[in-house]
Amino acid sequence: MQIARSHVLICGGTGCLSNNSMKLKEHLENKLKELDLEKEVQIIMTGCFGLCAEGPIIVVYPEGAMYSQVSIKELDTIAEEHLLKGRIVEKLLLANRTQAYDEEGHQVENTDFFKMQKRVALRNCGRINPENIDEYIAYDGYQALGKVLTEMTPQQVIDEITASGLRGRGGAGFPTGTKWKFAAASEGDVKYVACNADEGDPGAFMDRSVLEGDPHSVLEAMAIAGYATGAHQGFIYVRAEYPTAVKRLNIAIDQAREYGLLGKDIFGTGFDFDIELRLGAGAFVCGEETALMRSIEGHRGEPRPRPPFPAVKGIFDKPSMLNNVETYANICPIILNGAEWFASMGTEKSKGTKVFAVGGKINNTGLVEIEMGTPLREVIYNIGGGVPEGKKFKAAQTGGPSGGCIPASLIDTPMTYDDLNEIGSMMGSGGLIVMDEDNCMVDIAKFYLGFIVDESCGKCPPCRIGTKRMLELLEKITDGRGEEGDVERLEKLAKNIKASALCGLGQTAPNPVLSTIRHFRDEYDAHVRDKKCPAAVCKNLVRIVIDKDKCRSCGLCAKNCPVSCIRGERKVPYEIDYTKCIKCGACIERCPFNAISRES
Amino acid sequence: MAKARKVEVSEQQKKEILSIVDKYKGTKGALIPVLHEVQEYFGYLPLEVQEIISDNLNVPLAEIYGVVTFYTQFTTQPKGKYAVNVCLGTACYVKGSAKILEKFEETLGIKAGGVTEDGMFSIDACRCVGACGLAPVAMINGEVYGKLVQDDVKSICEKYMEN
Repeated sequence: MQIARSHVLICGGTGCLSNNSMKLKEHLENKLKELDLEKEVQIIMTGCFGLCAEGPIIVVYPEGAMYSQVSIKELDTIAEEHLLKGRIVEKLLLANRTQAYDEEGHQVENTDFFKMQKRVALRNCGRINPENIDEYIAYDGYQALGKVLTEMTPQQVIDEITASGLRGRGGAGFPTGTKWKFAAASEGDVKYVACNADEGDPGAFMDRSVLEGDPHSVLEAMAIAGYATGAHQGFIYVRAEYPTAVKRLNIAIDQAREYGLLGKDIFGTGFDFDIELRLGAGAFVCGEETALMRSIEGHRGEPRPRPPFPAVKGIFDKPSMLNNVETYANICPIILNGAEWFASMGTEKSKGTKVFAVGGKINNTGLVEIEMGTPLREVIYNIGGGVPEGKKFKAAQTGGPSGGCIPASLIDTPMTYDDLNEIGSMMGSGGLIVMDEDNCMVDIAKFYLGFIVDESCGKCPPCRIGTKRMLELLEKITDGRGEEGDVERLEKLAKNIKASALCGLGQTAPNPVLSTIRHFRDEYDAHVRDKKCPAAVCKNLVRIVIDKDKCRSCGLCAKNCPVSCIRGERKVPYEIDYTKCIKCGACIERCPFNAISRES
Repeated sequence: MAKARKVEVSEQQKKEILSIVDKYKGTKGALIPVLHEVQEYFGYLPLEVQEIISDNLNVPLAEIYGVVTFYTQFTTQPKGKYAVNVCLGTACYVKGSAKILEKFEETLGIKAGGVTEDGMFSIDACRCVGACGLAPVAMINGEVYGKLVQDDVKSICEKYMEN
């Protein structure tokens, strides 16, 4: 094997790939040839580092220098200075581009974004080349599978997972060990294990990052799950919208088969296990376990009543067990380091770590993995770098369309399954969307409900009809036609849907509405009673106004107005004809003097 | 179905579709993978194509139609040569992607879900492409445009119009 003196890690996660990181890689390859460094410096395309907002990201080892937002020209500088002459290009370091810079801050581990994190599920993301099984093996890959097959009985594996306290990372937080125990106890000659990689929560992308950055960790964990429960076949149900993940999973499966780590007689122990990929086709409801199993069978992904539970009757009517990607990504470290190690992290009822996809109005958009129980405040301010443009933090939404909001007053809530449930939100898959003072909470509730109405499979009336009625009420309120009692009507409908919908997604669908009513009732009242939208978002309730003192009569607003509703002349402030204005806001964006704004 | 216009499937195309179906014969739950591959090849899944699959995969046409219309990835109408997908996932939405979508609709003169008359562009709203770090995001034939502002839309469209 060729030994290089320096390694350049280029992020190949979806965020950075969209930011041209593939072109950077090709360019650097040529540049290294030009500098005659191709034998000394090795380029590795890794999975996601997590700091998507600062992409494309490049890390140079052995120094561990992390460069962010690298352009082609800057890459040349890095090659010439750092790779050729060994001088770190300080001005291009991530630590220099963000505010918190100190002497040792250039090292990846010491940046504000990374130093508060504890990476277990994401341990290999941004560290290895996901398309090379040898790199995974070098970081203890497939050792857990070896240990399980040669030293442990299936019961011991289940006991270890149970003792670790690991709970499902996909949404509901069901204890993983218990799930495995049920599947193992189920009678049947053929059993299946499956991986839910149909990450449907809009705004969550941790599963995608694990699949793209460390696919083998999922394959290995599934084989362990197969051994523990008595299954010899696994299915990964992955979104078709994730082409990079699909490609890397296929490569990983081929490589694992080639090495004899999947297939017949693994490690010569007589244990057979293989994995097949199944692509989703864009249906949110397929994240629900019975719907997902129907979809694997090739049907419409509609949930069915339980019991029988999948552990008894699942895929092709055989006993089946389903875990999500992040849950699987935790399995191998638990086997290798022991249940005690895992249980030492987190809180009493929420052990270990959790990955959050932090997005929306926050400076450091990206993936963060923190110990359970870390207060939301730390995620937002210390890791996330706060809200941009000095705006005020209003709320964070967790759990996606099944979850709820955490208002600013509860920002010290520890992030655990139970604490989040208590305040009317939920852990969910870990999407965490930050909202600032410019976001209207009624509008956000409407957004989620619109999503549910689109995605409802239509099988049960409470979800199909009930959520539609709720959406209509919300549209009425945001249009300015709200009446006294509408909020109560929403609450009543929500309670009925929660009590009567068939599947978990339907039962949780009203949550975003209930939680916004609970924490932001005053905003609902402002829409209904005063016909005002305090955040100035809901079109029918806002007016666009020109500040006469600030207007310099340049005419740019009038020129860009698509309906020609702004008039004026030199030296006289411009005026808007409200009978024509469509409130598109084009004028606001163009005004060089910030003289135009929305008013509620 | 919206339009009754008959879709012609040539002999060559039929052969290709059959070879895809053949590959999956005997696989349990083959329908969805077959539909994915056929759509990749044919561009969309009109009734005529569904009939061919039904006859050869031995799945009732009603069931195929049910599956095709259930999943948003499958389409019975052709998409534009340049398929614009504006992300309306939560992270993009709170950063104003609804306005980006409006701007695309205004610039191209069609609504989301529609195709321009010359068949050059189609617009769809999609749910989260997983590039939340670049929000708001739009994708055109797989190429991702991130951190968009309304003003970017016109020049992006023009780039494709020239081709």
